[in-house]
Amino acid sequence: MRIYIISVYLFLYVPIGIIVLFSFNAGRHASELRGLSVQWYGKALSNPFVGDAFVTSLIVALSVAILSSLMGTAAALALQRLKGTPRVLFDGLIYIAIMIPGIVIGIATLVALVTVFKFLNPLLASIWPEGVNPPKLSMGYFSVIAAHTLFTMSLVIILVRARIAGMDRALIEASMDLYATPWGTFYQVTLPQIFPAILAGFLLSFTFSFDDFIISFFVAGPNTTLPIYIFSSIRRGITPEVNAIGTMVLVGSLFLLMTAQFLLRKRTRPKD
Amino acid sequence: MREESKSNRWLTAALLAPTSIWFLLMLILPLIVILVFSFGERSALGGYGGGFTFEHYLNLPARFKAFQNTMTFAPVGTLLCLLVAYPLAYYLALKVNRRYKLILLVLVIIPFWTSLLVRTYAWIFILGGRGIPVLLEWIGFEGVRLINTPGAVLIGIVYGYLPLMVFPIYVSLDKLDKSLLEASDDLGGSPYKTFMQITLPLSMPGVATGCMLVFILLMGEFLIPAFLGGGKVFFIGNALVDLFLQSRNWPFGSAVSVTLVVIMLITVSFYMRMALRNKTGRDESLM
Repeated sequence: MRIYIISVYLFLYVPIGIIVLFSFNAGRHASELRGLSVQWYGKALSNPFVGDAFVTSLIVALSVAILSSLMGTAAALALQRLKGTPRVLFDGLIYIAIMIPGIVIGIATLVALVTVFKFLNPLLASIWPEGVNPPKLSMGYFSVIAAHTLFTMSLVIILVRARIAGMDRALIEASMDLYATPWGTFYQVTLPQIFPAILAGFLLSFTFSFDDFIISFFVAGPNTTLPIYIFSSIRRGITPEVNAIGTMVLVGSLFLLMTAQFLLRKRTRPKD
Repeated sequence: MREESKSNRWLTAALLAPTSIWFLLMLILPLIVILVFSFGERSALGGYGGGFTFEHYLNLPARFKAFQNTMTFAPVGTLLCLLVAYPLAYYLALKVNRRYKLILLVLVIIPFWTSLLVRTYAWIFILGGRGIPVLLEWIGFEGVRLINTPGAVLIGIVYGYLPLMVFPIYVSLDKLDKSLLEASDDLGGSPYKTFMQITLPLSMPGVATGCMLVFILLMGEFLIPAFLGGGKVFFIGNALVDLFLQSRNWPFGSAVSVTLVVIMLITVSFYMRMALRNKTGRDESLM
């Protein structure tokens, strides 16, 4: 049994370890290890394409995380008061948003937005004042952020709702009995209790968006996110530089995940 | 009183408004558009040319191989994940020392939330021409090809989705009333009997949840076959990327997507019904 468990953990972590090890390769070829050096990190960090892709991914992931934690929390709070058909409808939509494969979301968003833009752009041009260039709607930051947010917002709703369900109702009633305003109750009682879930949702949304390849691949338009850059470099051939970028991505998401796990456990785990 | 409930209703509506708009514009509208596209003619440039035709649905057999691969690899991959995951979840929930439990569990979950792209890429490295095949050559097996084979894709699947399978099974095993196991033991039940009659049935909700999650994700998989199947083993996801981004046939691609979603909905609802019939309808949380 023990041997089996150890080999499963090795199976999970050896490939990651190999990427990390080979990113310190001093040689020019990806698969021959010749001494250790950090030269590929230097190369990767000074490559302007990597820098641009990183900044794009960062902007997208931050916007996605902020939007989804705000909207998801608002929806989770409202949904607990909702009953009957609207409630069932919302629950259905949340599950569909989570269940539909990313690739279908990417395709459907691409097709729908291209169609809508084809219709809206001439319309905008016709109502725009003479002499001023009308705005031209196209795929870009907006479409990636919107498509990612669909999934991550639903994730936040589920996380925050679970937290609300586990909350002590007596505290809210006590606050009401003591004549706190609804806003006061929310700010001083509800919010502190659901905050770990919101923060965890924020970090998970960020990680999802930052790591997502398939949705961005369809809807990013001319923008290149980091996963898209990595994907196309791998298609061109494996270099130690890709290993270095991959290692940095792994370390970054690991750090965020540790934070998320820590925050979730802090509140959801009952005292032992 | 009346006044307050009215303002409450406004507040609820306001809180739900952004989410509703999002669902409408980013989920319902796009799904309707691909449904419409899938019945349209193909225009000269590969886009939507209006009209109404069943041509694309009748043409689906042209991508039969992709459907066949997906419908084979998704269940087989799910089963393999389950076989690898169950003993691990069992160990984590029932056997391991409390002190190491949390850290071991976190170590399983972490890989799932890190880049699948980078993790799958690691296997190109390991299975590729200069990875394991070189080691095999040393011990006398020449010319073994591992990458771009069905086996490579299955390894990638188990590697990528193992954490997602372990977690729900762990949760249901962890909740299991340990006194039942002791009772069975006291009554002279063999470990095998205890497992078959108590542990396994009680962990079925977790097994069902894990299988469904992995199966759903595998149905839409693109990266693993793209990296490890090398054009020989391809899924519907790979066909879709080709249809939308390379050979450009949006109406046909839409028909393929709609079919994928329909197959998924049928399989999942069939599955849920089975799970409910077996009284395993308890909710297992995703996280």
